[in-house]
Amino acid sequence: MNMTSHVVRLFSLGLVLMSATSAPAATSEADFSTAYAAAEAADKEAGRLRNQWTVTAEALADAKKAADKGDFDRAVASAKEAEALAKASIVQATSEKEAWKNLEIR
Amino acid sequence: MNLRFPIHLALAALALAVATITPTVAADTPDPAADAKAFRDYFATKFPNVKLEDFANGPYAMDEDMRRQWEEKEQFAPYEFSLDMGKEMFAKPFKNGKSYADCFPNQGIGIRQNYPYFDAKEGKVITLELALNLCREANGEPPFSYVGDEMAALTAYMAFTSRDKLFNIEIPDDPRALEAYQNGKRYFYTRRGQLNFSCATCHVQNPGERLRAEILAPALGILNAMPIYRSEWGGMGTISRRLTTCNSQIRAVPLEPQADEYRDLEYYLSYVSNGLPISGPGSRP
Repeated sequence: MNMTSHVVRLFSLGLVLMSATSAPAATSEADFSTAYAAAEAADKEAGRLRNQWTVTAEALADAKKAADKGDFDRAVASAKEAEALAKASIVQATSEKEAWKNLEIR
Repeated sequence: MNLRFPIHLALAALALAVATITPTVAADTPDPAADAKAFRDYFATKFPNVKLEDFANGPYAMDEDMRRQWEEKEQFAPYEFSLDMGKEMFAKPFKNGKSYADCFPNQGIGIRQNYPYFDAKEGKVITLELALNLCREANGEPPFSYVGDEMAALTAYMAFTSRDKLFNIEIPDDPRALEAYQNGKRYFYTRRGQLNFSCATCHVQNPGERLRAEILAPALGILNAMPIYRSEWGGMGTISRRLTTCNSQIRAVPLEPQADEYRDLEYYLSYVSNGLPISGPGSRP
């Protein structure tokens, strides 16, 4: 290994470390709006399937409340949680279209 | 080899195909009478010491200690105020001079066991709660909340006049009625909410077991005691209140009271409890 390539590698490693440890870019209102719209759309789909979860509504409300206070980190985190919950309720409704038969008394 | 061999082969293949397909079709075709028998047999096997008619008393049928407490409590039953209120409301004429009695067969006395029924004209299941509000609206009165005290009081009185009469739910020869029954059955067994529970999780798989301080009621006869006074609620609850609360408890957003799904569920659950006596109004911890 020559000296130049060693320096370049060290420099690259330093850059990677810096980017990993430096603070992430501040979450913006636009990030919240995007995350919230995605969560709302998923919850709306769950509603179409008549299978919304109360915890999704709670996470959406929490996201909105945090955004109103200007805490967009928390608002985005809650909106993403709401989206994940809504998507889980959609998966449940879809799989139960057939799976309910497994519980039936015959 | 003449043509007979391939023809025979084709016929044999066809017969085999039909024989294989038929059971699948039969399994998916609703058979309410067979369902009701399987339902009763399941609970009779699970609780061999409980008499069939006693399933109408829910958790008291499967816990001796609770039963003794309940029997004592019945001396001064907590639903009595509601019952008195319902009787008074039922007798009071509407502004147009008519009354509830004018809307129901036998003037509304002793008919609880026939609800819900499938209305061919409307093409849907009519529950007692819905029928009461339809009666009010037809007479120019505003409808009551399906989860409120007034509806609980009226249904308590109508149940009381029907005590010991056997559930007699009919499924007419109408594909829409059978579809409503099947929809109710599907709703009963479908898992929902974040807890991933179906109605059957508690009331088929775990009746008699404790859920915190409560003893879960069996699904067989579960509507016979409705409406109920619940100590937990500190008041009376209609079937609508019970169903929406169940949904909330498993973290599912409740549907609007008397939604198609709930009415169909009531149709299914009442049908499979045919032959069990009305015991409402009831009381539960």
